[in-house]
Amino acid sequence: MLELKNICYEVEEKKEILHDINLKIDDRFIAITGPNGGGKSTLAKIIAGIITPTSGQIILDGEDITGKSITERANAGISFAFQQPVRFKGLTVKDLLTLAAGKNTSVSEACQILSEVGLCARDYVNREVNASLSGGELKRIEIAMIIARGTKLSIFDEPEAGIDLWSFNSLIKVFEKMYEQNKGSILIISHQERILNIADKIVVIANGQVANEGKREEILPSLLAGTEYSTCDALKG
Amino acid sequence: MNSIEQNLLAEVADIHKVPEGAYNIRANGKLDSRNTTANIDIVTKEDKSGIDIIIAPGTKNESVHIPVIISQTGLSDLVYNDFFIGEDADVTIVAGCGIHNSGDKTSGHDGIHTFHLAKNSKVKYIEKHVGYGDGNGKNIMNPTTIVELDEGAYLEMETSQIRGIDSTNRITRAKVSDNATLVIHEKLMTHGEQFAGTEFSVDLDGVGSSANVVSRSVAKDNSKQKFLSAINGNNSCNGHTECDAIIMDNAKVTAIPELTANHIDAGLIHEAAIGKIAGEQLIKLMTLGLTEEEAEEQIVNGFLK
Repeated sequence: MLELKNICYEVEEKKEILHDINLKIDDRFIAITGPNGGGKSTLAKIIAGIITPTSGQIILDGEDITGKSITERANAGISFAFQQPVRFKGLTVKDLLTLAAGKNTSVSEACQILSEVGLCARDYVNREVNASLSGGELKRIEIAMIIARGTKLSIFDEPEAGIDLWSFNSLIKVFEKMYEQNKGSILIISHQERILNIADKIVVIANGQVANEGKREEILPSLLAGTEYSTCDALKG
Repeated sequence: MNSIEQNLLAEVADIHKVPEGAYNIRANGKLDSRNTTANIDIVTKEDKSGIDIIIAPGTKNESVHIPVIISQTGLSDLVYNDFFIGEDADVTIVAGCGIHNSGDKTSGHDGIHTFHLAKNSKVKYIEKHVGYGDGNGKNIMNPTTIVELDEGAYLEMETSQIRGIDSTNRITRAKVSDNATLVIHEKLMTHGEQFAGTEFSVDLDGVGSSANVVSRSVAKDNSKQKFLSAINGNNSCNGHTECDAIIMDNAKVTAIPELTANHIDAGLIHEAAIGKIAGEQLIKLMTLGLTEEEAEEQIVNGFLK
């Protein structure tokens, strides 16, 4: 279980990005949503160790990991799929899956994972993860790496960002399947109703704070009803 | 041949036993062994140091290995190797030079390779340079490659110099005739105080001629690299040159493109990118459980693969 205690994050000029975030992540599928600029991605990066909070604690299974590096957190069981996947000249899809799995991955194992994210394995396993891949393909490879790791906490930062609707429809199936098969917790930052719809718990983050949290049945109807979490006062009902 | 020499041979030419097909192994400035075949002749030059490699027209699926190894400190070796590739031949040539310098004097090898590819012939040329040594002596290599491609000929060069060469000036000059193609993939890595200069000059003289010159390099520590790539489009042709470099530590990399179009239908492109390893690449691999050093190593190895 992951617990965030009083997490604050300030940048220069005292601008506060996150303010006193307290969250317990023990459900199997948690969706974090809320307006752009609200601090969702920052929170995900704080959990993965990419950003250090100004104050507060991050507890994983009872251990304080606030001071631990990205590598140590990865080895402690945290995976993080970037919103904008990174390209690597020269490294192939199989290379990345091997690094993700932490052991030599056979072609058939790599193919199995690629099929799970809807990529025709034969066409991709030896491809370089470079600029020749489309945004949708990169997203799938990014998700495949998380599957290859199979850790107890998997974080996805807006898996729908930058991909077309058609690709997204099939990605939903990937998450539905992952939910059925994954034994750990999945934390997804998303604006998509179809993703929110399969979450056990929804957390709304707006203006750097937890604006609302609870079971999907409690939170989703109000989210769908209006614009109450808009950052723009003029839009608020 | 001792074990050091055998290891060098394995590294530069992938030769573990007696190679199949034609070969000429040169060790410490002298001929070590040679084999010729019905279609591939190797002849020692009489006027200067070096060999002529003569490949008969129509030769298919044969290979020639011509590695050079140096394990004596203070030896400077200069050779002229001329390749005559007959019409319609299709062969692989594996060259390479390995130096193991455990003394305190400079060892060097300057190979001047000239390729004459006759009409419609096809060659894949693989060249690997490495250096080792636990002494203070420097390892120096200055390869020059001169290429003449007749009508419809195709030459693909894969060259790599990954470690241990203190100073190198690599020069490649090519003339490309009608519908002939030149493809070059160069990989370089320098470290310590090393210097690597690489200079390409390609004349696209023929109708439909083309060249693709791609260099990938990594410069570490205090090393310096200079990449110069000139393509002259003298006819209706296509030329592309690319320099892609990762810079680390206090290294310096210079990339100089020089494209000259002397014909209205010449299409020439140059791309150059020099930069350190992107922070997000390191972070991505660290989120997979690698340390920063391991991530860096994976990125560099992948880049030069």
